[in-house]
Amino acid sequence: MDNLAVRALRHIGHLVIDGVWRLGYASRFFLLVLLRSGPSFRRFPLTIREIYFAGVLSLIIILVSGLFVGMVLGLQGYDTLQRFGSEEAVGTLVALSLVRELGPVVCALLFASRAGSAMTAEIGLMKATEQITALDMMAIDPIARIVGPRFWGGVLSMPLLAALFSAMGVFGGYLITVVLLGVDAGAFWSQMQASVDLKEDVLNGVIKSIVFGVAVTAIALFEGYDAPPTAEGVSGATTRTVVTSSLAVLALDFVLTAIMFTGA
Amino acid sequence: MDRRVLDLWVGIFVAAGIAALFVLALQVSNASTFNTGESYRVIAEFDNIGGLRVRAPVKSAGVLVGRVESIGFDNEKFVARVVLRLDRRYTFPKDTIASILTSGLLGEQYIGLDGGGDPENLADGEKLKLTQSAVVLERLIGQFLYGRAAEGAPAGESK
Repeated sequence: MDNLAVRALRHIGHLVIDGVWRLGYASRFFLLVLLRSGPSFRRFPLTIREIYFAGVLSLIIILVSGLFVGMVLGLQGYDTLQRFGSEEAVGTLVALSLVRELGPVVCALLFASRAGSAMTAEIGLMKATEQITALDMMAIDPIARIVGPRFWGGVLSMPLLAALFSAMGVFGGYLITVVLLGVDAGAFWSQMQASVDLKEDVLNGVIKSIVFGVAVTAIALFEGYDAPPTAEGVSGATTRTVVTSSLAVLALDFVLTAIMFTGA
Repeated sequence: MDRRVLDLWVGIFVAAGIAALFVLALQVSNASTFNTGESYRVIAEFDNIGGLRVRAPVKSAGVLVGRVESIGFDNEKFVARVVLRLDRRYTFPKDTIASILTSGLLGEQYIGLDGGGDPENLADGEKLKLTQSAVVLERLIGQFLYGRAAEGAPAGESK
């Protein structure tokens, strides 16, 4: 009985200390990546390669989900708004929800599962097959050569993907409400333009997507770099990447929304 | 993969992303509807501004001619001091009336400008002499009820 309580306490303490230790290690890793990101810009083709893997290959999933999210928003918004006879406001609803929230957030969640998990698995496997140790032996800094370009590739891709997601979503909403349900096109666009502000909404959405890009990419790279060099370790790290970065995106979104869109 | 093909795809991706940002900026948001470059300011004082907000539209004959730049409170006269930012292309006579109106039944509030007959036009920083406050629904209902009571009282006595 007593033994069990002591063991439970010891387990909790171990978890807390481990968590704090990992947080410190992750922060040190993040700083190290930032400090050694010179080569990612001096040898820009390396970063372009990573933009291809993180950004271009995520295009299909981002565009298709953006279109569907916009179409669903259009349908649901129309269904509710027509009861109040203000179905023209559906353009405002679709554009504001996409530009402020759904664009950056859903795009970051998709990015974490599509590109983040791939980054973790790749770096984890490099570590398991001792490629990173080999680079170290050849006096090539693995953080500057492997991690840096992936970090900047992800950070540069994310805002572009989020913008494409939002634009696609607005187009999807337009397709459903104007083309299919017969809302007046002029009212759709003019109500949207009257209520979406360039600085307040569009720019804040872009800032959100940059922050999410940094968070998702940094978490994915850290999990991969920290993964135990076994098959089991890599699979666990990939799972942790998706879970941790999704939670981080949602928590950061709450904080950013509280800062950006309250008051005024 | 061949480096040139890879560069091409990344180029397409970056161009599409920037194009999407431009679409969001120009087609979705209000950047294209009002040019803030060429403008002048006019001050209007209201007894009550109701639910008017900063950046609310200023319209004349239904056309968007400017936006509300700031709303303040005058400590001496106890009135609301609203600064309007009007587009340079539009000019108004000195005796223009500014009134706070509501678009639709429950829509947002905006400022309507009705031009008068003065030959001289408003200049930057000038104050409008005639304003009409927002209609507050509670006061309207109150007035209506008092009016009914005043009408109804003699009729009730004669019964």
